[in-house]
Amino acid sequence: MKYLLALILGVLTGVVVACGIIYYNPFTSQSSLSPLAVSERQQFTLNYSAVATDSIVYTNDGESRVHPHPVKVLQLWEAPIRLTNTMVTMLRDSRNEPVGLGVKFSSQSERTRLLSGEALVDSAWYIYLPGQGSMLIEQTENYWTYLREIVIPAHWSSGDSWRGNWHGMLTRGPGALGTAFVYGGSGAFEGFEAEAIETITARAYDTEIGPVAMDGQLTIEYPAADDLAADAVTD
Amino acid sequence: MIKTFILGILLGIVAVFAALHFIPVVDQHREASIISVTPNGGNRETFHINVPMDRIMIGAQGRENALPPGLEWPEHERFAGIQAELFKVRNSRDAVVGIASRLATNDEAVGSVIEWVLHLPARGSLFVRLRPQTVDGTRRVGDIAAGTREFNGLIGEMSERWVADTSDFDDAPAGRIELVASFVAEEDTSDTEGLIEVSAQ
Repeated sequence: MKYLLALILGVLTGVVVACGIIYYNPFTSQSSLSPLAVSERQQFTLNYSAVATDSIVYTNDGESRVHPHPVKVLQLWEAPIRLTNTMVTMLRDSRNEPVGLGVKFSSQSERTRLLSGEALVDSAWYIYLPGQGSMLIEQTENYWTYLREIVIPAHWSSGDSWRGNWHGMLTRGPGALGTAFVYGGSGAFEGFEAEAIETITARAYDTEIGPVAMDGQLTIEYPAADDLAADAVTD
Repeated sequence: MIKTFILGILLGIVAVFAALHFIPVVDQHREASIISVTPNGGNRETFHINVPMDRIMIGAQGRENALPPGLEWPEHERFAGIQAELFKVRNSRDAVVGIASRLATNDEAVGSVIEWVLHLPARGSLFVRLRPQTVDGTRRVGDIAAGTREFNGLIGEMSERWVADTSDFDDAPAGRIELVASFVAEEDTSDTEGLIEVSAQ
């Protein structure tokens, strides 16, 4: 009996040790340096609030930590869309002026591998900038660092919350340098193919309601051939 | 007993690593794709949206019956004339398979815009630009501007059509938006160009 008890205690200790190895694995840290930071091409940024209640509409399966907004919005409870959330939000430029609408579809990815520090989400942004045009951004995001440095510490905190100043890059692909692909739609962006990254800056998180103060930023790079056209768009 | 405890630790570590390696953390539910093959070898897939039950959002300035209740649509003048909608999308078997956005506006600088994004979580997204003029007075047709994951590298078109419900059922929808996507893989012309050059010589 005592051997069985020792084995059970050993297994439980082993599980804790394994979780610790995965959690503290230094090789799974993400670089916070944007691959677009060293680019000499023109870029423009679109900012949004990543807090659900600040969005126009946010919906998910209704059972997640982040509650749908507005309260009576239709929820995504059907099996094929249960692991997806959708947000419609206003996009602002660097002067905080509203410049467009963004719709973000985010689905948990089956390529998620926690062993290698990959909590992946496949997402697509549809962006419409009045007077300029539209585009689609395809990206794979990795939330591992966000989970490790914000969400889990919030659960460990006696106040069930996290406060600080965290800035991180979510975009992990599908571009070779870890960038997102941008496909132009209408207007000035017609025929446009470029790269982008998405970053978030978090200041407060609550285990009951999710992000309390968090901003997202999309940085979109103009392709070289379109640099001249970019002048017209940004003007 | 200490040896048993150490063996247990090793077993626990191996069990966690094995579980994370072999058991998928995320398993997206998949509905079987219902695709028909067209005479040119391309594929055709039909989706539909039951209105009003599949409508998640409809927003536009000045709209009195905006959805969902409590929606605060931006009143900034920049967004005048924009109508944006979100829907659940169903396949031919009436099973929900994804989410779609539709944006329509008539912009002085951009022109008339009607654009769809269909997001099917297990498969990818389709970005479609419809031409504003209707075909046969019933359908709008447009090109697939881009596709992601399973739809990456596909070219083709998609049409939208409103089909009013004619059944007498009490719980029947008012109608449905029918979306028919036809696509083929983008042709790799590199070999073909070589053949043309050879035959020209």
